[in-house]
Amino acid sequence: MNIWYYANPLKFLHITSKVVNPLLIIGLICVVSGLAWGFFFTPNDYKQGSTVKIIYIHVPAALIAINTWFVMLVSSLIWLIRRHHVSALIAKSAAPVGVCMTIITLLTGALWGQPMWGTWWAWDPRLTSFLILFLFYLGYIALWKAIEDKDSAADLTSVLCIVGSVFAVLSRYAVLFWNQGLHQGATLSLDKEKNIADVFYHPLLICILGFVLIFVALTLIGCRTEIKLRRYSAIAAKINT
Amino acid sequence: MIELGKYAFSVLASYGISISIIILLIFTYLVKARKISKQLHEIETEWKSKDKKNETIH
Repeated sequence: MNIWYYANPLKFLHITSKVVNPLLIIGLICVVSGLAWGFFFTPNDYKQGSTVKIIYIHVPAALIAINTWFVMLVSSLIWLIRRHHVSALIAKSAAPVGVCMTIITLLTGALWGQPMWGTWWAWDPRLTSFLILFLFYLGYIALWKAIEDKDSAADLTSVLCIVGSVFAVLSRYAVLFWNQGLHQGATLSLDKEKNIADVFYHPLLICILGFVLIFVALTLIGCRTEIKLRRYSAIAAKINT
Repeated sequence: MIELGKYAFSVLASYGISISIIILLIFTYLVKARKISKQLHEIETEWKSKDKKNETIH
């Protein structure tokens, strides 16, 4: 068995039926426990005060927002090269999750930035590239809905995904490229000295894990729904002929 | 009781908005999944019964 085994929609439905609910439940448990741990049982930061508690939502949401686009990119490339419908539907299903995570990141960022930077918004490289990524997400979803032929929609949205990847990369690395702006550099680092303190790090990891599991569960649920919808359309067309 | 101090609005608003969006997102996905599953089940049942009728006729 190789990975293309899962490209068969019926096999995909059969295998994912067993994992989606546990993934979603474990994800929710992780998010709730991580947020509760961070909110109630971690100290305030010496500089940022209690606003540091926003990190447990802002950072995981930003990570998911950027990495969702990369998941969509890989799925889109698989569609363009191998023409597996399941991969196109994975990308389509992941997009709304990415949009919501981008909205959460932008809003929590503004709420955090206002007391810390004295402004709700700045045309900082990272913030600007994140805003453009958000617009690309909206464009991606709109393009799927605008084109009637599903295969053409998958082709065009895949191309859009490739183009938009530039901004996903910029959102992640803008601070390194330009070395300027208000937004700080990476929160997490493999270098222990540059990483945030353990007291904040551990609940943050739990939150990140929870967000990842919820993203995977929702993408699989969305893909399963799309497969069933296509099957419904196919049967309806047969009945009506 | 935790002390949020002067940043209470920022912190609570962040948590409130984010949790609401996540709950709404999960709810939307699950409701759509359930609706489509039900529609598919109904049309598959209809198709199978039409198929059986056609077999009987032939």
